[in-house]
Amino acid sequence: MTDYRTIALVAGVLALLTAATAVGQFLRRHPDRGLDPAAIKTFNRRLRGWWILCTVLAAAFWFGTTATVVLFGLVSFWALREFITLTPTRKGDHRALFWVFFAFTPLHYVLVALNLYDAFSVFLPVYATLFVLARVAFAGDYKRFLERTAKIQAGLVVCVYCLSFAPALLQLPLPGSEAGPGSNFRLLFFLILLVQFADCMQYVWSQMLGQRLVAAAVSSNRTWEGLLGSAASTALLAAALWWAAPPFQLWQATLAGFLVAVMGFAGGMTMSAIKRDRGVKDYGTLVVGHGGVLDRIDSMCFAAPIFYHITLLVSGIKP
Amino acid sequence: MLSPADIRDRQPPAPIPRPRSAVCRAAGLGLAALARLLAGASVRWIASQPDTCQRVYFANHTSHLDALVIWASLPQSVREVTRPVAAKDYWSRGFVRRWLAQEVFDAILIDRTDIKVHQSPVDVMLREAGPSHSLIVFPEGSRSVTGEIGEFKSGLYYLAKKRPELELIPVHIDNLNRVLPRGEFLPVPLLSCISFGPPLWLERGEAKLDFLARARRAVLALKE
Repeated sequence: MTDYRTIALVAGVLALLTAATAVGQFLRRHPDRGLDPAAIKTFNRRLRGWWILCTVLAAAFWFGTTATVVLFGLVSFWALREFITLTPTRKGDHRALFWVFFAFTPLHYVLVALNLYDAFSVFLPVYATLFVLARVAFAGDYKRFLERTAKIQAGLVVCVYCLSFAPALLQLPLPGSEAGPGSNFRLLFFLILLVQFADCMQYVWSQMLGQRLVAAAVSSNRTWEGLLGSAASTALLAAALWWAAPPFQLWQATLAGFLVAVMGFAGGMTMSAIKRDRGVKDYGTLVVGHGGVLDRIDSMCFAAPIFYHITLLVSGIKP
Repeated sequence: MLSPADIRDRQPPAPIPRPRSAVCRAAGLGLAALARLLAGASVRWIASQPDTCQRVYFANHTSHLDALVIWASLPQSVREVTRPVAAKDYWSRGFVRRWLAQEVFDAILIDRTDIKVHQSPVDVMLREAGPSHSLIVFPEGSRSVTGEIGEFKSGLYYLAKKRPELELIPVHIDNLNRVLPRGEFLPVPLLSCISFGPPLWLERGEAKLDFLARARRAVLALKE
């Protein structure tokens, strides 16, 4: 049986990207249209990012479920690096951090790859947390103890635990999964598409109608209008694409789109708050020339768990 | 056919690296890649360019990884003519460290415990550098405990005085002390940043303390 839905989804995305690239290049070659050249440059750079994202994802999908889980594991590892690099730690945290990077993070992804839901849903939030608390205490430095352990724990939960729910979608026994992983990949792709679209729409609506800032001290371009507009447009896109996401009915897909947009917005706000506190613009300031990994995946980290759990809830699937 | 003009216009020959076995060269490449990956080092050249001319790279000292990561941050052709100056008591202990220091990054090992008057560290460095090799030195002498950059010892001044034509390149190392702090042996893979600055030279008649303070400020300036 040919998987028409996957073909339709991939073809649609390719067509959209190609059209957007054509427009971007046209605008770049004709700078006399009265548009802001900086905006066009940003637009083209974002597009290039999406092409890279799509290529890497396509390659991972091609190589299968395990390859995709490994890819997400590497992204988590890198994001956690950026997170801990920008949060001040003390020497007493060193050994705990070593185990966090080289034992807990890889082991968590091994559990995800083995589809041991009961294990991976408690491993980091319970056992890694207890370990970090105890290991820092054993190191003998009690200065600002709770603050330091909370930082490590927040990094683990956001960068590793939450993000890993995205590749965990690949392991769910969806209707149609017996035929192959096609429907699972479609579900993951659906999530990624919604998250990216919500990010983009948030920016567009904030630029067009943005009046009321959510928190001026945290972010100077995230507005309530952007949040509502992004939630509404993402819900519409999800409704239009509901046929691509296997377990959802129309209203369920719409609700998922709405929640993904809201959670993605919350993720962006949270990371902005941390960045403001550390006095940097983006997590990639240490890597010359481009923003960090964490800047790209902050909304994904917040949206992935709720999307996973909604999928379980509405479909009645047991992981 | 080469005309005499062609020959005359050619660049002076690049310094010839010490011949090393294929295993050591491969180990060097692998180690450089590993160090860059593990220390997540991003490399910046600020008003400065990598070059195989004879230079002295001087940096703040925060971690045992410093020399390795600076060495790994240089392009391959520059790395081959660059020798880190390292402490003998650390780098000659155990087979692996000794092999790495001697065969892979061709370090100049300085005995910190037994400094002889007629065989000062500066003389050893200059003799080993010869006419073509560059050096990586840490003028603070030992790793800083607090992460602040300490006062520079006078070695850099005597290097500059004895070989005033050498380019002195300030290097700032950021965050490596968190990757491998003093007294730890397992690294945590945080991101670090290595910044190379514009060269400076000893001015005619410049006093020792003035020069050392200026060199220290040049490293601090790269911190931003």
